[in-house]
Amino acid sequence: MLAHVLAADPLLAGDIDLAVVLVVLLKTVVAFTLLLVSVLFMVWFERKVIGDLQNRLGPNRAGPFGLFQTVADGLKFFMKEDQVPDRADRRIFVLAPYLTAVPAFLVFAVIPVGGDFTGGRDGTVEIFGRTTFLQLADPPVGVLLILAMSSIAVYGIMLAGWSSGSKYPLLGAVRASAQMVSYEAALGLSVVTVVLTAGTLSTNGIVASQSTWSWNLWVTGFVPFVIFLIAATAELNRPPFDLVEAEQELVGGFNTEYASFRFALFFLAEFMNTVTMSAIIVTLFFGGPSGPVPVGPGWLWGTVWFTVKLFVFLFMFVWFRATLPRVRYDQLMDLGWKVLIPLALGWLLIVAGYRVGDDEGWNPLVVPVVGAAAVAACYGLLALALRAARRARRLDEEVGA
Amino acid sequence: MVEVVVFAIAALVVLGGAAGVILQRNPVHAALSLVATLFGIAVLFVAQEANFLAAVQVIVYAGAIVVLFLFVIMLLGVDQADDLDAEPLVGQRPVAIALGVLIGAGMVLVVATSTVTGVPAASERWVRDGEDVAQIGRLLFTDHLFAFEITSLLLVIAVVGAVLLARTRPGPQVDAEEDVPVLPGEVVYEEEE
Repeated sequence: MLAHVLAADPLLAGDIDLAVVLVVLLKTVVAFTLLLVSVLFMVWFERKVIGDLQNRLGPNRAGPFGLFQTVADGLKFFMKEDQVPDRADRRIFVLAPYLTAVPAFLVFAVIPVGGDFTGGRDGTVEIFGRTTFLQLADPPVGVLLILAMSSIAVYGIMLAGWSSGSKYPLLGAVRASAQMVSYEAALGLSVVTVVLTAGTLSTNGIVASQSTWSWNLWVTGFVPFVIFLIAATAELNRPPFDLVEAEQELVGGFNTEYASFRFALFFLAEFMNTVTMSAIIVTLFFGGPSGPVPVGPGWLWGTVWFTVKLFVFLFMFVWFRATLPRVRYDQLMDLGWKVLIPLALGWLLIVAGYRVGDDEGWNPLVVPVVGAAAVAACYGLLALALRAARRARRLDEEVGA
Repeated sequence: MVEVVVFAIAALVVLGGAAGVILQRNPVHAALSLVATLFGIAVLFVAQEANFLAAVQVIVYAGAIVVLFLFVIMLLGVDQADDLDAEPLVGQRPVAIALGVLIGAGMVLVVATSTVTGVPAASERWVRDGEDVAQIGRLLFTDHLFAFEITSLLLVIAVVGAVLLARTRPGPQVDAEEDVPVLPGEVVYEEEE
């Protein structure tokens, strides 16, 4: 009977029956709730850990250990007056918070949050008699979806600042979008190394390629991970790269004029992005849910390992915030364009050379060394050229003056 | 059934966005309508199983090019609605209307006079083996390698040119002779030599 009902065809598509639709619906609801709950938790966690790191108590009033502090703050947001400035562009002012929040939600859809990847298994589980991944969607271009969503999130911040019709938000928005667009390049280039090693763009495939401890962290040689981590922190606008909301200079940055629910959406998106970006780091470089299965069902252990790894990075982002002072804007731009992007490009070339050598059966030690030497030689020539040009310009000036 | 619904919604978004680009008076609104159009096209790509093209469409066009448009619009401050009564090119509007009508009529004529030949479209004849990313990559680096390399060279030339044009030379600027208007009450500092 149940099988009969589950085989119904609600979409009239022919090959998609009710069971498939139910599985997708279930996964959507679970993913959505999981993300919201983790955001609630993350806000509390951040405040508590920063409190500890600064020898304070942190929130400790609402609920045990102050756990319900975020819920209380969230409710307060909803009670506040919702205001739109007089000179604001109303339609875009209303639209902008959603442009930030929705991509933050969508990215989480391609993160594998569990599943058994040991012994060549591909991390599938059975729900309603259907085999499915423990991730909402596994598009063949999953990694590109992550990049696309992070490039759409720029719109929310940019338009929020512009549509407020006020100076400080506009300055904050211009800074924010310049920062995010610049660091997207470094982010993308370090992802390319991972894609090159895994041979696939699907997040599930990338996790599967890292089972049996061949984590991309050391397979790609550590450097892409460091670049990704720095670029991700900048992309998240978190300290030490939180110039977007540098209070001393910009009042509050792009969201100065926002209040109530709309501000809550920005706030939500920021913390959701932190959670998803940590999840992306775990997926790309730390094997996602893969890990040893000592006892019991493997898919459960996948979720456990994933959560443990996620925690490390959530803590690390909070640690950054409590420890590092904010960098200056020109330092930020110099770091992005003059250090991270050339480094990511050079490393990509070396990894690509190594892969080609691997296919051709060349010596796996000589190829990277020669590649690194070639890249270093190119860099040296470039530096030499720059110095010569600078000297020529200075001489030119002296003659002209 | 699903495909038809998806196509209908995506087509509505594409056409609505296209109309918005033309009809919106505020340049920022027009740019956002363009984003809507690009999104609709990305959805159409996905419906054709061209996932890679869809992602690239969003990353490159929506994520980079229109962001650049918005940057220019915001930084140059052309965020006010343009005065449409001023006509910079005399006779531009009637010519545009005439040309538009002509092109529209041409398209209707082509559709009306053509018949169904039964020959499959180019995308139907395409042999799909493996992922579309791999296929596009192979085509780019074999059959179309020359065009690909020439394009990349062109982009490098453009970047170098842009850097050269944007570089400020040390010493007096070209417009240093111009008088800088001083607002009442503003303190004038002595120029350092």
